[in-house]
Amino acid sequence: MTPFAYERAADAASAVARVSGHPRAAFLGAGTNLVDHMKLGIAAPELLVDVSRLPFDRIEPLPGGGVRIGAAVRNSDLAADLTIRARYPALAQALLAGASAQLRNLATTAGNLMQRTRCVYFQDLTTPCNKRTPGSGCAAREGYTRYHAILGASEHCVATHPSDMAVAMAALDAVVVVRDSLGERRIPLVEFHRLPGDAPERDTVLEHGELITAVELPALPFAARSAYRKVRERASYAFALVSVAAALDIADGVVREARIALGGVAHKPWRAARAETALRGAAPTVENFRAAADAELALAKPLDGNAFKVALTRNTVVATLRSLANGDGR
Amino acid sequence: MDAQITLLVDGARRSLTVDTRTTLLDALRDRLGVMSPKKGCDHGQCGACTVLLDGRRATTCLALAVAYDGAAITTAQGLADGSILHPVQQAFLDHDGFQCGYCTPGQICSAVGMLAELKAGHPSHVTKNLTAAPTLSDNEIRERMSGNLCRCGAYVNIVAAIRQAASS
Repeated sequence: MTPFAYERAADAASAVARVSGHPRAAFLGAGTNLVDHMKLGIAAPELLVDVSRLPFDRIEPLPGGGVRIGAAVRNSDLAADLTIRARYPALAQALLAGASAQLRNLATTAGNLMQRTRCVYFQDLTTPCNKRTPGSGCAAREGYTRYHAILGASEHCVATHPSDMAVAMAALDAVVVVRDSLGERRIPLVEFHRLPGDAPERDTVLEHGELITAVELPALPFAARSAYRKVRERASYAFALVSVAAALDIADGVVREARIALGGVAHKPWRAARAETALRGAAPTVENFRAAADAELALAKPLDGNAFKVALTRNTVVATLRSLANGDGR
Repeated sequence: MDAQITLLVDGARRSLTVDTRTTLLDALRDRLGVMSPKKGCDHGQCGACTVLLDGRRATTCLALAVAYDGAAITTAQGLADGSILHPVQQAFLDHDGFQCGYCTPGQICSAVGMLAELKAGHPSHVTKNLTAAPTLSDNEIRERMSGNLCRCGAYVNIVAAIRQAASS
């Protein structure tokens, strides 16, 4: 591991100033992904500015009925929060489906958003990877693609975003609050992560030195009927092959509103806007759920090794929506 | 680059100078001689390095020691009350909850943390009703302990041990 200086930030303004002023500086949350990357040689910051003790550790109600989640709230505390469990069950379920309990006790909200792909080629310094070393090529495209994208990929990168939490937040219309030396800006979560295009080294739209301070959830009353379903190779402690976060507002036998986001299928949490449009005004039937999934998956471009994910995604969307419509929760 | 830190380890104040690259796991084992947390994968995937960090179970292999200046750490070797074993330790002995024993200190710390989380009403991935207090079942134990791998495959007896400890 390359030597680095460590500083514990006194406040957000000085943390932003320190990282902005040093091109090889990085913010440190719990480090459950960053420290691993430093061990692997994927990341080599010269200065770590620890922001995990800043006073962003609260979950607070917002005027208008939403909730503000501090950037340093631990994943386990967010999943256990009674308001989140009752009003945004998809988010609690997504958090509980991610990592292990001893990692969730450390991992922060902001760190979860900033975690990087688990693409095996990205994590292996001996293989080409455009995300790790821009211009070096992509070993995944012709390689082991079980965990790779079927939506929104580019010739340069087929990696997927590994977060469960972010998929639920994408479905729940979350907004990421960030600050730099000039002030604050608010980024809808669905615009926070990028598609790879010709710059896969950039996971998010954040500029160097911008600090996440909170994630806000809008009131979204029908999210009380929301769920997260994750399909993986084993029953626990594994990344998603495919996951679905969804919320349904059903009244008088028709879907009034729907929120659907997909995980494990793209470089970012994939908000399934076409599927939502197809569902609005439709009866909550399996046929219509399937048609909505197909509307989204018409865009899919699977690789040789992951064509099964198209059918898996369709079936997982249908199963999630059906259980929501039946009131099963998940 | 060096940093001066103080940790409260199994009840004893320990001050030391660490290179900033030192993980909490390496500080405990290599610098302080506290050998019960084990290095398995060293990448946060196996749980062998689990301790109670300020009362909550946590992996120590991805934690930088310098970031935990002032923290209170309880390892498996600090759980006993003198010669009286912690109920979770006793249960692992009663049920033969191990074979080679390498993952055991992490399993035990994880189980102690897990039972506290359950008592506090925290749900898990397999909890059906998210808004009610969870109740312990073998399914809940397995899910909540999934962050601790046992390559000998002693899982059946680990579940039995935790079931006993939960009811004691």
